[in-house]
Amino acid sequence: MSLKIDQDHSRFRGIVRGKIRDNLRRYISQGELLGRKGKDIVSIPVPHIDTPRFIFGDKQKGGVGQGDGEVGDAVGGEGDEQQDGAGQAGKDAGEHILEVDITLDELADILGEELELPAIENKGKSRIIAAKDKYTGIRRVGPESLRHFKRTYREGLKRAIASGAYDPKNPLVVPQHEDKRYRSWTEDLEPVANAVIIYMMDVSGSMGDEQKEIVRIESFWIDAWLRRQYQGLESRYIIHDAVAREVDRDTFFRTRESGGTMISSAYRLAAQLIDQHYPSTEWNVYPFHFSDGDNWSMEDTLTCVEILKRDVLPRVNMFAYGQVESPYGSGQFIKDLREHLSGDERVVTSEIRDRDAIVGSIKDFLGKGK
Amino acid sequence: MTLAHPSLPRYLRIEQDKIEKIARSHGLDFFPVVFEMLSYSQMNEIAAYGGFPNRYPHWRFGMEYERLAKSYEYGLSKIYEMVINNNPSFAYLLEGNSLTDQKLVMCHVFGHVDFFKNNFTFRSTDLDTMDRVVDPTTKRGNGYDPNRKWIDKMANHGAAVRRIVDRYGIQRTEEFIDVCLSLENLIDPWSRFVVRRTVEDEEDEHPREVEVPRMRAKEYMDEFINPSEYIEEQKKKLTLEREKSKGKHPQTREQDVLLFLIENAPLERWERAILSIIREEGYYFVPQMQTKIMNEGWASYWHSKMMTGDVCDWSEIVDYAENNAGVMATSGGRLNPYKLGVELFRSIEDRWNRGQFGREWEECSDLDDKKNWDLRLGLGRDKVFEVRAMYNDVTFIDEFLTEEFAIEHKLFSYSWSNRSERFEIESREFRAVKEKLLAQLTNFGNPQIFVEDSNFENRGELLLTHDHRGVDLRADYARETLSALVRIWRRPVCLATRADGKAVVLRYDGKEHSSRSSDS
Repeated sequence: MSLKIDQDHSRFRGIVRGKIRDNLRRYISQGELLGRKGKDIVSIPVPHIDTPRFIFGDKQKGGVGQGDGEVGDAVGGEGDEQQDGAGQAGKDAGEHILEVDITLDELADILGEELELPAIENKGKSRIIAAKDKYTGIRRVGPESLRHFKRTYREGLKRAIASGAYDPKNPLVVPQHEDKRYRSWTEDLEPVANAVIIYMMDVSGSMGDEQKEIVRIESFWIDAWLRRQYQGLESRYIIHDAVAREVDRDTFFRTRESGGTMISSAYRLAAQLIDQHYPSTEWNVYPFHFSDGDNWSMEDTLTCVEILKRDVLPRVNMFAYGQVESPYGSGQFIKDLREHLSGDERVVTSEIRDRDAIVGSIKDFLGKGK
Repeated sequence: MTLAHPSLPRYLRIEQDKIEKIARSHGLDFFPVVFEMLSYSQMNEIAAYGGFPNRYPHWRFGMEYERLAKSYEYGLSKIYEMVINNNPSFAYLLEGNSLTDQKLVMCHVFGHVDFFKNNFTFRSTDLDTMDRVVDPTTKRGNGYDPNRKWIDKMANHGAAVRRIVDRYGIQRTEEFIDVCLSLENLIDPWSRFVVRRTVEDEEDEHPREVEVPRMRAKEYMDEFINPSEYIEEQKKKLTLEREKSKGKHPQTREQDVLLFLIENAPLERWERAILSIIREEGYYFVPQMQTKIMNEGWASYWHSKMMTGDVCDWSEIVDYAENNAGVMATSGGRLNPYKLGVELFRSIEDRWNRGQFGREWEECSDLDDKKNWDLRLGLGRDKVFEVRAMYNDVTFIDEFLTEEFAIEHKLFSYSWSNRSERFEIESREFRAVKEKLLAQLTNFGNPQIFVEDSNFENRGELLLTHDHRGVDLRADYARETLSALVRIWRRPVCLATRADGKAVVLRYDGKEHSSRSSDS
């Protein structure tokens, strides 16, 4: 059913989108959004969308509250959810910034529009569906382990009052069999990931905190975009110095080693992963490799090229290499890659000089619609 | 005969009749109430429009809708009831609520509608046959049945603004509405009840002699009580003042800034129309802001009385109690107007039942005596009905919030602490708490701002003054609001206020904001 409010609502969204779009580049390079990532929702602060008026400054104003506490104790309830128009008192004590929740999907759309990213053509074929149990309801029978205490008590209390057995002076409620309530569940069908990103990162001594932060921000946006394109998305993380190993997301961004750099080790491991878990008939595979481009030897670089050509490129949608500038790295690797693989459409390389270059680099990586 | 909306199912119709009868038997006196059943998205829509199914188009309604829809979807809050001050009153029920909840809402609604009809502040929303607001101080006879067709009026406003949109485009119209909304609160909440302006009749042709008010005295005492030197002195002073204000416009300062702008600013016709609509709707909502605590308190007082009396049966009482506890909850130290209001009404009823008022009570200093004070007067019910008619939040709190009440309900005042950068409990002292609460409610929580001079420093600039009572204006918002004023006045606008303890004049000339100290 269409509502009258729809027009007003879409104009409001337009204003918000305009604001987000204006600020998007800033958000991207500052990584402001990352800390705010909830489940699938990102809160974006949109300044000054409420109407300015002559009003009292908050800090001098204060107010009146109710409850326990000594003089000098902090008063809670700042920035809490408003109750339905319940007076001006005490609410919105902090900043007057409206936080607009938008879904990651919407954010990805805005990103896509802003960077003019093309939609990706799906390479994988099947989509696997898996079932998952969710506790959603209440029923009268069930195992004791699923008994809903509060509901059961309430039923008991109701029965006691209705039958006149309830004595306010001795408020004892004994639940009987028919009072008992149990949690019940339904099966949810969920599509299983059919795309995978394999992130690889050089964690040798020359990659500093700033370099890692850039990788972190960039990978967030790549995640957001690809997640928008595919129903489900898996991510795998590989770190390497002279040897490579698979780690979880946290470790990926935190680890710092001091060894040398053998990029081939990472490529070999990635090829192995793809071989074992992600047959290219079913999966869209996206390896992303970030490094400062300082490989151990030319020999190892040649090995890399060979592994890419033979084991990786035939099985992936694209292979992305991002080179983060660091004070120590020679930055040779990207040149070598370009030299050896320049003819291959599936290979995308990008140099990321600093945070401001992230936007351009995302466009490099995702602009081909692979 | 009751009115009914077709969306209301029969079983609720029956409940409505039952509850209406019970409400009347308690002495409640209300307009006819039309209950309408809404789905949650309809409910959110209407709530976003402030309760009206038809308003003028503006993005902020969409913003409000999004907030409501989000908090409903995430299970943070849901709107149980909404009722419109209209004759007949419209009240909305949420589809899918349990029968107990619906009954609760109905009881609550009859409380509100009784309040709309009987509380004096709401008389400023009475309309005449041309849908203009009538003077609320005119006497009302028996069978008071005013025209309050605000739903129609708001819909007409919507149609008028849509016509403007058709002509000038949504962008331009909406931008102007944004400007007007910045000034929405610059109205005089009491202007409908008092005559602020006197027309100086034929002032220039026959300038009247200045008259000094004299104190009453017997003839032989007059020379001593009103000594002639003093009278002369006053006469000079007054004449001088009159000379000074001669040619000044407005003659006396004007709190209804919006009216002043409508009458004096160089606006185009459509702009004037929009500004008038904003002002009129602003005034419509004033009584609700002035009686938030009383209104919710009164409705809660009655829903609890009726639900626990004749309306609920035993099987429903637990559900009712759970729901009611949610409505009355005070969490995070916040003051809940429902709770504060209902407790005050109960305290009044109890005190007047037991005769805890008047001189003897005030002068009694024996705590034990006071505690057991009971003259068995039974005046409580009459008193609460009288209070609901004759008070607003400010006078209600001022008169009936006693020290005992403040202690029992653990009231405190809080303020910002610069040292620890947070809001902290400032005091539990009765006077401090009450003063803060009253200050918060005065002028429905808005700063008092007046038009002082429309030809400030003889440059055609508009001078507003802020009646500073200890709290500064929010500076960035004040600057933005000045920009909005310049958009309407088309000349520089100044605001005299205080900031950080110093008198300042803020000025915006259309390009630049400036501020100068005005301490003499």
